[in-house]
Amino acid sequence: MRDVQRRPPRILIGAAVLACALAAIPLVYLVVRVGGAGWEEIVAVFDRPRVPQLIANTVLLAASVTLAAVVLGVPTAVVLARTRVPARALWAVLAALPLAMPSYLAAYGWLAALPWMHGFWAAWFVLTLVGVPYVTLPVAAALRASTTSLDDVARSLGRGPIGAFRVGTWPQIKPATLAGALLVCLYTLSDFGGVALFRFPVLTTAIQQAYGASFNRDYAAILATLLVSLAVAVVVAEQVVRGRAARRMGAAAGPVRQRLIRLGRFTAPAIGLLVAVPLLAVGVPVAVLVARLFEAETLRVFDPAELLAAAGNTLLLAAGGALVALALALPIGVLAGRYRGRMVRVIESAGSLPLGLPGIVVGLSLVFFSLAVVPALYQTAFVLAFAYGVLFMPKAIGGIRSATAQVPRSLEDVSRTLGHGQVRTWWLVTARLARPGIAAAALLVAVTAMKELPATLLLRPTGTDTLATELWSRTDVAAYGSAAPYAVALIVVAAVPAFLLSQARGVPEAAA
Amino acid sequence: MSRLEVRGLVVGYDSTDVLREVSIEVPHGELLAIVGPSGCGKTTLLRTIAGLVRARAGEIRIGNRMVTTHGIHLAPEKRRIGWVPQDAALFPHLTVAENVAFGLPSATGSARAARRAARAGEVQRLLELVGLGGYDARMPAQLSGGQAQRVALARALASNPDVVLLDEPFGALDPLLRAELRASVRELLRAEGVTGILVTHDQAEALSIADRVAVMQAGEVLQLGTPEQVYRRPSTPWVAGFVGGAVFLPGTWHGGVVACALGRLEAEWVADAETGSAGVATDAVAAVPPLDGEDVLVLVRSAEITLGAPAMPAGVSASAADTDAVSASVSESATSTDAAGPDLRARVVDVSYTGHDAMLVLALANGGRIEARVTAAGLLPVGTEVAVSVSTRVLAYPAGE
Repeated sequence: MRDVQRRPPRILIGAAVLACALAAIPLVYLVVRVGGAGWEEIVAVFDRPRVPQLIANTVLLAASVTLAAVVLGVPTAVVLARTRVPARALWAVLAALPLAMPSYLAAYGWLAALPWMHGFWAAWFVLTLVGVPYVTLPVAAALRASTTSLDDVARSLGRGPIGAFRVGTWPQIKPATLAGALLVCLYTLSDFGGVALFRFPVLTTAIQQAYGASFNRDYAAILATLLVSLAVAVVVAEQVVRGRAARRMGAAAGPVRQRLIRLGRFTAPAIGLLVAVPLLAVGVPVAVLVARLFEAETLRVFDPAELLAAAGNTLLLAAGGALVALALALPIGVLAGRYRGRMVRVIESAGSLPLGLPGIVVGLSLVFFSLAVVPALYQTAFVLAFAYGVLFMPKAIGGIRSATAQVPRSLEDVSRTLGHGQVRTWWLVTARLARPGIAAAALLVAVTAMKELPATLLLRPTGTDTLATELWSRTDVAAYGSAAPYAVALIVVAAVPAFLLSQARGVPEAAA
Repeated sequence: MSRLEVRGLVVGYDSTDVLREVSIEVPHGELLAIVGPSGCGKTTLLRTIAGLVRARAGEIRIGNRMVTTHGIHLAPEKRRIGWVPQDAALFPHLTVAENVAFGLPSATGSARAARRAARAGEVQRLLELVGLGGYDARMPAQLSGGQAQRVALARALASNPDVVLLDEPFGALDPLLRAELRASVRELLRAEGVTGILVTHDQAEALSIADRVAVMQAGEVLQLGTPEQVYRRPSTPWVAGFVGGAVFLPGTWHGGVVACALGRLEAEWVADAETGSAGVATDAVAAVPPLDGEDVLVLVRSAEITLGAPAMPAGVSASAADTDAVSASVSESATSTDAAGPDLRARVVDVSYTGHDAMLVLALANGGRIEARVTAAGLLPVGTEVAVSVSTRVLAYPAGE
C-alpha cells in the first residue's frame, strides 16, 4: 500500500545533509584551490605538451579496459546465471574473487614473474582482469532476476538463440551492464598503483609526480580537477543512458520464469571462461608471491616486527575509516532505505558522489584542506580515516540502505502503537534487525580501506606505514623479494574477510 | 476501553484527498468493520486513527481524549491503541512471549522482581486467551500464519488499549483458517469487552464478524449500519452492488409498485439520504417518494429471484433444493409469494458454479437478462424454461445512479 504521507524526521534530514556536506569537502576544496591558482596558470597547464598525452592515455586505458571487461563479463555472467554448468556455486565465488585483489598487488605479482611487462598493454591486461567482476556480478544478479520467457516467445516467432537473447534478455540486463561498465571505468580512471607499476603515464600518476615534485602544487590540483571532470562526465553519461534503458524496460512483467541452458559440447569452453579470469587475476599473482615468500633472500631481509607494525596500523586506520564511513552513511542510508521523494533522491545522489572521486584526488585535496584550514590535523590519522570514510561512504550507504529497507515497516508501526517513540523504535526494532547488514557494510569499508593506496600515500602520518605503503616502497625500487611478505599479508587481511563476507551475504552484494 | 469517534476527517496527499469528511462512531465494546474495494481509503482511515498518518482536518476522539484535532496530532505511542497488521508483524528477533511483552512497561527500579512476575503473568494470561499457552519460548519463524496472527492480537491487547485496530488481519490466511480465526477473534474481543475496528475488503467477512459495518468507497463512508441494515437496505445502488448479489433493472414508479422487466413488483423507496453522519445508524431514510410514472432503478437480490417450472402442476415441487437464509431455491410455492408479480417466463442461458451455490443467467421472454442465485441442488441445465418471480419486496432508487 502506498502511504499517504510519511515525511522523514527533520533531524534525520539534517544529519544526512550534514554528512553530504562533509563528504563534499574534498571536491569543493579542490575547486576552491584551483580557482585560487588563477586563470593564466590553468591555461598554461594545457600548453604543456604532456597534458594532452596524459588525457589521451587516461581515456584510452579507461575505454579499452571497460570494453574488455564488458566483453568478458557479460558472457561469464550468462554462463553463471543461465546455464547448467557443473559446480555453479564454486564458480560464483571464484568470479567474485578478483575484487579482493588490489590492482597493484596483481600487477606486482605479474611483474615478479615477468619483469619485462610494462606500458599500455600490461596495464590494460591487469586492470581488465581485476575489473571484470564489476560487470559479471551485477549482470549475473540481473540475469537471475530476469525472465527467459521473452526469449521463448522470440524463438517461437522465428528468431535464433542469439537473436532471441538480444530482443528478450539483453534489454533486461542492459542497465546492470551499464552500471558495471561505469564501475570498471571509474576504477580504471582512478587506478594509481597498477598503472604506476607498469610505468604507463596517466593522470593519476602524473598527479602523484607533480605533488611529489612539490614546487608546483597548483599543477597537481589542476590535473586532479581534470581527472574528476572526466569521472563526472562518465557518471553523467552512464546515468543518462541507463535511465533511458531502464525507462524503456518499465516494470518487470509477471513472474520470473527461468529456463537454464544445457551446455553440451560447450561445457569445456564455458568452464575455461569461468576459470580464466580468477586464475589470471588472482591465481597467478598469488602463486608467484607465495613462491617468492619462501625464497632464501626474502627470508633473510624479512623483519617480522616491521610487518606486524604495518599490519596493526592498517587495521587501526581501516577501522577508523569504517567508523567515519558509517557515521556519514548512516543518516543517508536510513533515509534512502525508509523514505521516498525528491529530497531523498537528491541527498542519496549527493552521498554517492565520492564514487566519482579517485583516491589520489581525495588525498591531494585533503592535504591542501588540512594544511590551509585545520593545520593541527595535517598528517594525522584522523585526516586519513576521514579520507577513507569519504571515499568508501557510497559502499556503506548501499549496505545500510538495503539493510534498513529489509525491515518491514509494519514492525515500526506496531512498535509505535505499543508505546515506543520514533527514536526508541528505531533503536529497538529497525537498528536491531538491520544490525547484520550495517555491520557487513562497515566490514566491507574496512576491507576496502586496507587496500587503498594513493590517498594513504599522500595522507599517512609521517613514519606510519601500512601494508600497502610498505609494499609500495619496496616495489618501487624493484625489491620484489622483500615486498613479498607484505603482499601476502595484504592478501590475507583483505581477502579473508571479503571471502567470509561473500559467504555470509551472497556474493554479488558483498563483493561489489 | 472506550468509544471511538471520528468526525469530518480529511486526509490528503498533495491535491488528492484520500479521505473526504469521514465520520464514524464506535460505541464502547463494539466491533466495527470497515469494508470497501482496494483504494477506497479504509486502511488510511485506520492508520489515521492509529496516528500513523496525519489528518488534514477533522477530529478523532478516543474515549474522552481528543487525539486528533485542529493542528494537534498525538503521536501513535501516546494513543493507547492496539494495532494488528495484515502480516502480523511479529518482531522476528524476539520470542512469542517477548513479542507480547513488547508494549508492557519495562521492569526497572524498585520492586523489580514483583513487576517482572506480574508482567510474565499477564503475558501467560494473554497467550492462554488466544489459545497459545506454552508457545512463549517459540520464535515467530516457527509459527503458522494463524498462530502469528493470534500472537499479534495478544500483543495488541497486552498494553490494555482503549481501541484495537485490525488491518485485514485475516487477509494472508487460507479460507478455512480464516473462518476459524475470525470466529475466535470475535469471541475474544467480545469477552475482553474491547472496542475494535477491523478493515477488510471481504464483504462477507465484514457482515459476519462485526456488530456494525461501514461501507467505504472513494474516500467516503456510504453507509454505516448493522450487517442486516446494510444488506437489507443498502443506502445506494453502489453499496447494494458491493455487498453482493444485486440485480439492477430500470423501472417506473407507480405508488409503491414498480414496473420492470420482472413485471410489477411491490417496492420500497430508498432515497438518497444523507449517509455516514456520525453515530447515526444510517438506515436509509425514506424521503419523499417519486411521482407516479417517474423512472427509478429497481434493486432485486439475485438470491430472492425464485424459479419455478412453468408447466409443472402444483405439488410436484422441485423442493429438493433446500433453502437457507440468503440463497434462493427453485420452489413451486415461491410463485405464490404475495410480493411477487405475475409469473414471467425465462430460459436458462448460462450456468456458473461458485462452490456451494451457482449463478444462472436467464434470458427473459421480454428480452432482458438477469442473474439468479440457486443452490447447487436446484441447478437447472442450460436451455430449461422456467417461471421467474421475486420472493420479497424490492427496493427502488432514484434513476441514473
